[in-house]
Amino acid sequence: MKPAPFRYHRARDTEGAARLLAELGDDAKVIAGGQSLVAMMNFRLARPRHLVDIGGLRALDHLGTDSTGALRIGALTTHHTVETAPARRLGPGFDVLRAAMGWIGHLPIRTRGTVGGSIAHADATAEWCLLAVALDAELHTHGPRGPRRIPAAEFFFGSYTNALDPDELLTEIVFPRPAPHAALTEFAERRGDFAIVSAVVDLDLAGTEVRGGRVALGGVAPVPVRVPEAEQVLATGGSFADCAAAAAAAVNPPDDANGSADYRRRLIGTLVRRACEEARAR
Amino acid sequence: MTETPIDPAIDPAAERQLLALDVNGTAYEVLCESRRTLVDVLRHDLRLTGTHVGCEHGICGACTVLVDGRPARACLMFAAQAEGARIRTVESLSGDDDGRQLSDLQQAFRDHHGLQCGFCTPGFLMLAEGFLAERPDADRAEIRELVAANLCRCTGYQSIVDAIESCATARRAKEATEATATDETPEAAEATGEER
Repeated sequence: MKPAPFRYHRARDTEGAARLLAELGDDAKVIAGGQSLVAMMNFRLARPRHLVDIGGLRALDHLGTDSTGALRIGALTTHHTVETAPARRLGPGFDVLRAAMGWIGHLPIRTRGTVGGSIAHADATAEWCLLAVALDAELHTHGPRGPRRIPAAEFFFGSYTNALDPDELLTEIVFPRPAPHAALTEFAERRGDFAIVSAVVDLDLAGTEVRGGRVALGGVAPVPVRVPEAEQVLATGGSFADCAAAAAAAVNPPDDANGSADYRRRLIGTLVRRACEEARAR
Repeated sequence: MTETPIDPAIDPAAERQLLALDVNGTAYEVLCESRRTLVDVLRHDLRLTGTHVGCEHGICGACTVLVDGRPARACLMFAAQAEGARIRTVESLSGDDDGRQLSDLQQAFRDHHGLQCGFCTPGFLMLAEGFLAERPDADRAEIRELVAANLCRCTGYQSIVDAIESCATARRAKEATEATATDETPEAAEATGEER
């Protein structure tokens, strides 16, 4: 189908985008790469009356580590930029992000889709949303009431809803510390499809010994979730198999056309164990 | 899906905008509605009908074109977003204006039967063209993963993978030969220097 009519506005800078959003109110949507929004508009699942195109805001297209060792990713950085980033911009501490990009759609989607767009869209199965929650990312926003820094754990409210106000722009995603022993894995029926279940494991290793870690799941709730029960197993010296079993037992996944709750629990068990092993090997 | 009436406050006819687009190295000016996607502007306004349109939601890849050298879905971009970018379509591959002289990639698709009905072919060609420019050393496994981006209902993909791999191999061999030839040039010039 063809999208419903709308008025197109091109923002020249972050301030201008924020002003436009404040002026246009609820009728406006921000468009960055458009890889989710344009599809939804073509289906007329979304029919904004105004589009504010931030695609030209070069200041939001950056990727690199700051003096504290945190990785700062501009909201307009594409998945493809992360996937192909040289080591001086994306060091070994963040290999997990580079490796995770291969799971996002396909090449022609990754060349246009942006990190900020994915997080602002807040699909429950999106890789960036899961990575942000698993690795304690901080989301920086800009709006008429000033800048905000929102922890990922408080950012996602439910499917496609988050803490962003309608007139607020996501500007930067900050991963506060390297995660050298972390991995994302997932399962979808076809390569590039939305994941049925996805898992991130971030291990704290002393040599080869597991001291603890973070376990997070996508596709099992309306938002990506951490699983303290599985993390407890890692912290107390349990095996990866026990950790995976604890994760599967702890969550109450949905029963829908993509898979039954039982099927998803089986997937969780397999994927958490696989992510643990990949994380340790990294 | 229930269709709500179009908002009378937004008159599509009044929402036309003038766009400047760079397609295959030619500058175009197009007057179109904001809601016009890049693929519709290419096909309907510029009459570049080589780019096909299938699903209109980013799944099939028939509309794949190059945006600043990189493969992108032309159905998932509004034409307005393409201003300032260099767009390349399948029409740019051929060495002549009437499209009879096939590029090495097109020839490889023909040689390996990488198409049957041809509907998906422009998308696959531009997908491979953009990918090989960035990954000239790609192996078969990478090419197999790449072609998962687009749908083909005829070939079963094997022949498309064969075509792209053969094109990549031939380009590498050609580059190696040219590199060798360049290396020899100074010596050759030296050897014949006195005779000039």
